Amino acid sequence: MWLKLGRRLGSLIIVMFLVATMVFFLTRLAPGDPAALMLGDQATAEDIARLRQVYGLDKPILVQFLLWLKEIATGNLGQSIFLQRPVIQAIAERAEPTFFLALFSVSVAALVGIPAGIASAVWRGRLVDQIVSGLAMLAANIPSFWLGLIFIQLFAVRLGWFPVAGYGEPGAPFMERILHLALPATVLGIVNSALIVRFTRASMLDVLSDDYIRTARSKGLSEARVVLRHAFGNALVPIITVVGLTAALLVGGAIVTETVFGLPGIGNLVVSAVLRRDYPVIQGALIVVAGIYVLINLLIDIIYTFVDPRVRY
Amino acid sequence: MEQSPLLLFFRRMFRRKLVLIAFLVLCVIMLMALLAPWVAPYEPTAIKVIRRLKPPGELNWLGTDEFGRDILSRIIYGARASLGIGFAVVLVSMTFGTLFGLLAGYFRSLDGLVMRVVDALMALPDILLAIFLVAVLGASAFNVVLALSIVYTPRVIRVVRASTLVIRELPFVEAARALGVSTRRILSVHILLNVASPVLVQATFIFAYAVLAEAGLSFLGAGVPPELPTWGTMIASGQQYADQAFWVVLFPGLAIVLAALSLQVVGDGLRDMLDPKLRKAL
Repeated sequence: MWLKLGRRLGSLIIVMFLVATMVFFLTRLAPGDPAALMLGDQATAEDIARLRQVYGLDKPILVQFLLWLKEIATGNLGQSIFLQRPVIQAIAERAEPTFFLALFSVSVAALVGIPAGIASAVWRGRLVDQIVSGLAMLAANIPSFWLGLIFIQLFAVRLGWFPVAGYGEPGAPFMERILHLALPATVLGIVNSALIVRFTRASMLDVLSDDYIRTARSKGLSEARVVLRHAFGNALVPIITVVGLTAALLVGGAIVTETVFGLPGIGNLVVSAVLRRDYPVIQGALIVVAGIYVLINLLIDIIYTFVDPRVRY
Repeated sequence: MEQSPLLLFFRRMFRRKLVLIAFLVLCVIMLMALLAPWVAPYEPTAIKVIRRLKPPGELNWLGTDEFGRDILSRIIYGARASLGIGFAVVLVSMTFGTLFGLLAGYFRSLDGLVMRVVDALMALPDILLAIFLVAVLGASAFNVVLALSIVYTPRVIRVVRASTLVIRELPFVEAARALGVSTRRILSVHILLNVASPVLVQATFIFAYAVLAEAGLSFLGAGVPPELPTWGTMIASGQQYADQAFWVVLFPGLAIVLAALSLQVVGDGLRDMLDPKLRKAL
């Protein structure tokens, strides 16, 4: 078990190293001198030269890269050009809305997607299956920002049930936060439920044709018990994977939805950093998001061993 | 009765009515995009301030936007950019994805490196990677194509590599090798032709993803310049008028949904038909 876990950790570190390499060198493709960019239009040539020295920009690019890697490995993601604070702090300040948005969205997606997927597998080929599959296909092809705008028009502007945008005043009670998150989480939940429906359906269909299901039925167990306990229990591994991956991708992938709903999350931070060319923030956010993604992947693998005793490390 | 393979292909493919409908919808959208100057009722950039934000009616079937421009005409012209970018992304990511997928699947020594890079690229959410690349490269239609191609190439690599791994072990490849066929020819003829169908299916899905992603990027202001009407830029510039004129946002979005959905359904139909396991059942 430890050997296999060690190997997984090894490949995780390699992937993170490649992400960091990519992020570093691709950023250098950007036109313009980062130091000149930081100082703005009024900077003199001496100012720029001094800042280049401070940030080590005068050193050969490989040396810069190694220094940067060393900083990242110790958790230092650099300094934001515009926000006047460390990147890691800027990200931490924005983490809360993103975390809860991802959590609620994946909950909505799972609560909608799993039962729908089970129903469509159990009644395969019937009307239920056709309706569920059709809706899932539709949901997967709706741009989330557009659905967000429509929902804002309907439920916030016309009906006034939810706030139009934002995350409430600083220090607002949690209930108010939930009210702010309800619409964006529903939008993301709907859009992301499609994949969960597909995986649940496929996995259940796979299991339902197994021998032990026939045995369970012939023992006289109720159909509900056969489906929910015997079949669903054994169909869980792919379902956990897709729910976990959805959550992982939502951490950095809710950019557009965060922007539409004016949620001050990590996605919003990235968009403003992109528009202001604040490269340290973009780089830092990419590394944090990729890190969370690979960690959740590892976590999914570990959960397997508990859910399915056949999978042993 | 003698049947041409092409006829058989279409007959199998359109066994499900929905696939046929989706295919026809796609044809109509693409024809409108190609024939935009003849089909569109107005110039997409013709400004008529007196008729700004007019609801759908006889003069403007889908209403007008904040400058009095005809929304239907803009959607028709917008299809050119939106679908054009999507199609270019498909071409580029298929080419490079197939190339690297074949190499990674056939030469074991390349596999580790290529797949780790694929893992690294796929550790970032599509839209985040795309917005980063556009930010670095600069916002233009060409760079949007480049960025989205980098985002979707890894998917193609995975599919092609997986198929290649299976096919390279099959007897006919071994036979070709034994007959002294060059590695290059084995890869470019024997294996390539056999991975063509999963690649074709992926192509339609990536087309749909690319149309959605391009709209997202344009909406965030990190896509094509706002002067160029695409479905995404129409929604982006219209959103602040959505309170008074919902049609400004509604119709371009419906165009995106319709195009992406049709592509997805056609892709599903293709997969059902080309998958040898399912083919018997049909």
